[in-house]
Amino acid sequence: MTDERDRIDEIETERYELFETPSYKFHFDRRDFIKAFGAGIIFIVPLSRALAQQRGQGESGRGGNDRLPNDIGAWIHVDEDGGVTVFTGKVEMGQNIRTSLAQAVAEELHVPVGIIHLVMGDTDVTPFDMGTFGSLSTPTMAPRLRKAAAAAREMLIDLAAQQLSVEPASVTIVDARFVNHDKSKSLSLAEVAKGRKLVKVIPDNIATTPPKDWTIAGTSIAKVDARNFVTGRHEYASDIKREGMLYGKVVRPATFNATLVSVDTKAAEAIPGAKVVHDGNFIGVVAADSQTATKAANVIAVDWKSPGQPSNAELFDVLRKPTTERRGGEGGGGGSRPQGSLADGLAAADKKIEQTYTVAYIAHTPLEPRAAVAEWKDDKLTVWTGTQRPFGVRSELAGAFHIAEDKVRVMVPDTGSGYGGKHTGECAIEAARLAKATGKPVKLVWTREEEFTWAYFRPAGVIDIKSGVKSDGTITAWEFHNYNSGNSGIQIKYDIPNNDIQFHPSNSPLRQGSYRGLAATANHFARETHIDELAHSLNMDPLAFRLKNLKDERMRGVLEAAAKAFGWGRTKPAAGHGFGISCGFEKNGYVATCAEIAIDKPSGKDADKQNPQVRIVRVVEAFDCGAVVNPLHLKNQIEGAITMAIGGALFESIQFENGKILNPKFSSYRVPRFIDMPSIEVVLLDCKDIPSAGAGETPIVGLAPAVGSAIFNATGMRLRSLPLVPKGVTTNAKS
Amino acid sequence: MARVTALNVNGKKMTLDVDSTVSLLSVLRNDLGLTGSKYGCGEGQCGACTVLLDGQPTRSCITQVGRATGKQITTIEGLEKDGQLHPLQEAFIKADAMQCAYCTSGMIMSGAALLTKNPRPSRDEIISGMNGNICRCGTYQRIVEAIQIASGTAKEVAK
Repeated sequence: MTDERDRIDEIETERYELFETPSYKFHFDRRDFIKAFGAGIIFIVPLSRALAQQRGQGESGRGGNDRLPNDIGAWIHVDEDGGVTVFTGKVEMGQNIRTSLAQAVAEELHVPVGIIHLVMGDTDVTPFDMGTFGSLSTPTMAPRLRKAAAAAREMLIDLAAQQLSVEPASVTIVDARFVNHDKSKSLSLAEVAKGRKLVKVIPDNIATTPPKDWTIAGTSIAKVDARNFVTGRHEYASDIKREGMLYGKVVRPATFNATLVSVDTKAAEAIPGAKVVHDGNFIGVVAADSQTATKAANVIAVDWKSPGQPSNAELFDVLRKPTTERRGGEGGGGGSRPQGSLADGLAAADKKIEQTYTVAYIAHTPLEPRAAVAEWKDDKLTVWTGTQRPFGVRSELAGAFHIAEDKVRVMVPDTGSGYGGKHTGECAIEAARLAKATGKPVKLVWTREEEFTWAYFRPAGVIDIKSGVKSDGTITAWEFHNYNSGNSGIQIKYDIPNNDIQFHPSNSPLRQGSYRGLAATANHFARETHIDELAHSLNMDPLAFRLKNLKDERMRGVLEAAAKAFGWGRTKPAAGHGFGISCGFEKNGYVATCAEIAIDKPSGKDADKQNPQVRIVRVVEAFDCGAVVNPLHLKNQIEGAITMAIGGALFESIQFENGKILNPKFSSYRVPRFIDMPSIEVVLLDCKDIPSAGAGETPIVGLAPAVGSAIFNATGMRLRSLPLVPKGVTTNAKS
Repeated sequence: MARVTALNVNGKKMTLDVDSTVSLLSVLRNDLGLTGSKYGCGEGQCGACTVLLDGQPTRSCITQVGRATGKQITTIEGLEKDGQLHPLQEAFIKADAMQCAYCTSGMIMSGAALLTKNPRPSRDEIISGMNGNICRCGTYQRIVEAIQIASGTAKEVAK
C-alpha cells in the first residue's frame, strides 16, 4: 500500500493524456501470436495512427518483417472453427461492455453477435490496458475494435475471394458466410481460416459504419452471457477453486496508520493445520478451510501503536487546510485560469450569495468484496482477482515480490462490480504472500467489514461558492473553491463571464480514491444547489433561470427533455411533496434530472420521537451521450446510477474516529434498498451524429442536487451537506 | 463437536464431514462446490447467500449447517430443471434485471420463494418481500419487473 499506488487513484480520469502511453511495451512477433492462439487469422490493432501507418507499410505482404507494433490496443482471432475471439484488457464488472463491444465487432464484421467471444482482462493473453474506468471503454475501445473488425472483414473477403476464384468486390458476408454475387459459391468463416497462420496489422484509415446505419449496435441486445449469471454458473474471482487450494485470513491493524509493536502467534500455531505468515507489518494465516484460518487469526495477539487521528467532527476543518504533500493528477491547485473579473461581476450584481457545501466520505461497497486466488508455479505467479486494473495489479504484484512483470499473470473473471473502488491490488498481494509461504494456491476473500475499512473511500469535500446575479436572472460572477474532493465536473457550462474555479488538495484523514463519477457528484451538488438558491432569490423558476444562463445546445436539450417528461411547470407538487431539477456535464455526457420527493410523517408508536423521512417518489433523467450503443443496457446503467446516487444523496456517510471506521457493516451503513426506489423514467437523446461517450458515471451526478432542491421546495429548508437527511428531516437544518 | 455427514441438496443426498456449527454458505461453497450462493456481508443483511430450506428463504451465511440437516436445501444450481430455466430465471434475462449479477442468485432465490408463497404479489408485496436483498448496481426496478413477469402480473401492471 504505497503512496505511489494511492496517487494513481487520484489521477483524474479526464486527463486522457496520462493514459495514452502504455507503461509496458509488448515485443510480440508473429510466431508468438500463432503459438499463443493457434492457427487461423489474427488481426492486430495498433494504438496510434502513426504506428498503424508505419507498421502497415512493413506488413504489406513483402514478408520477412516479423516485428509488430509495440503499442497494441486489441487483437481479434478468427480460429479454424470459424469462432471470432476478441482480446481486450478491459474488464466486465456489470457495465455490460462484454455485450456492447461484441456488438461493435459484429456490426463491422457483418456477422451475428453470437459468434463473437471476448477474452478480457487476462494479462498473459490480452494487450496492455490502463484500466476499466473513466467511462472510456465505449469512446476509446469500441472505435478501435470497430476499425479492427472492419479491416478484418475486408481482409477476410479478399481471402475468401481468392479461395472462391472470384472478384473481392462480388463477395458479401451473409449469415457469417462469404457469398459471391449470384450466390453460386460460398464459404464459411471456418473454411476461410482453415490451415492459415496469418497475422495481419490493421491499418488505421478504415471507414467504419456510421451510427445512423448501425443494425447491431444501437439495438437492445441482451447481456451476452446472462444465462450463466441467472444459473449461478459464472465463476467470480471469489468462486475460483484450484487443486490443493488453502484459505487465507489477514490480521488487520487496530487502526489506520498503526505500526506493529509486538506479536504473539503461539496460540495460532498450536491450532492444527494453521500456518502463520509474518512479514513486516503483514500478519496472516493459512489453513485448509476458512473457519480454521479465521479462528487462528483471531487468537494472534498483536500490540499495535496508533497515532492520534482526526475524526468526523473535525473533518471539514481538516480539509480546509492546504495539503503538505504534492499529489499526482489533481495536485497543484487544479481548476482553470480565472476569467474576467470577479470584482466587476460582483459589482454588477443585484444579489450576491455566499454559501458552503460539504460531502461526506462514502464507501463503494461492491457486493462482491475484494477477493483473490493466488498460485505460484515454477516461479510464476498467477492471480485471479476482481479488479478494474489487471495490468496495474500485475505491476503491484511484480513490485511487491521483486519479480519481473512477465512472471505475473493476472486474470479477471467478470467481477461483482467496482464503481471505481477496485483499482488496487491489496487483496491480490495478500493472497500471493500467503500462497508463497505455503507453496499452495490460496484464496483470500475480504469480509464486508474489511472491504468497508481497508479499501479506499470517495473523498469527502468542502466547497465554497460566492456568486452574483442581476435581477433579470443573468449570473455575473462565480467563485468556486473545492477542498479535497476533486476536479471532475468542476467546470461550468453556464455562461458566466467572470469566474474563478479552483480545486485545493488537502491531507485526507482517510485513504481515498476513485468513485463512480469522481468529484463530479460533489461539484454538481454544490453548483446546482447554489443555482437553485440564486433562482429562488429572484423568485425565478429554476428551469427558466438555468435556460437563461445556458447557450450550450446539448445541455438545453437534456434540460428541456427531462422537464417535458416530468411535466415541469405543468403540475404543482401535492401537499408535503416537492419538485427539484438539476443539470450537468461530465465525460462528454449531458444529464438533466427532475425529482419529486415526499416528506413522510412518522406514524405508529413513538411517532413523536421520530423525524419525518424523505422519500424520493419519482425521478426523470434525460441523458445525451451521443450515439446510443445499446439502449437497454444504457437505461439499466442510468437507472443504476440514479439508485446508487440515492445513498450518497440521502443517507450514506462513513463515520470514523481516531483511525477506526465506526459503521463498517450493512447493518450500520445504510445503502439503497427496494423500499428506497423511486419510479425512474429515463429519456435517451440518441444523437447519431455525435460519437458515443461512456455512460457508467455521469448519470450519477444529477440526483443529489435535484433531491436537495425538491426538499427545499417541500419544506423551505435548504440542505447543503451530503448526505442530506441521514437522520430524516430535522428542524436544525439551516435555511 | 457434532458433525454433519449428509445433506439433501437440490434433490440429491450429498455426503460430507463438517462441523455442525460451520455456516451453511461456507459448506455449500467450499465443501460442495456450489458457488452460486454468494458471500456479501456475513450478517444476513444483503441476501446474496439466500437458499431455500424446505422452501423457506434462508440466509445461509448466518445459518449453521447443523440446522439444515434433514431438510431439503435448494440453491440457485437447483432451479434449472433438465435444461429448462425456472420462469423467474427467464424473467431476469428478459427484464435485464442484473448488471454485475453478484446479487442475482440471492435475488432469484428470494423471489422464487416469494412467488411460491404468493403467486400474484402486488408491487408493494414484492418490494417488502425483497427488501432484505441488496443490489449495489441498483437494478431494483428491473428485479420487480422480472418478478412481475414471472408471476404473470406484468401485463396488469402495465395497464
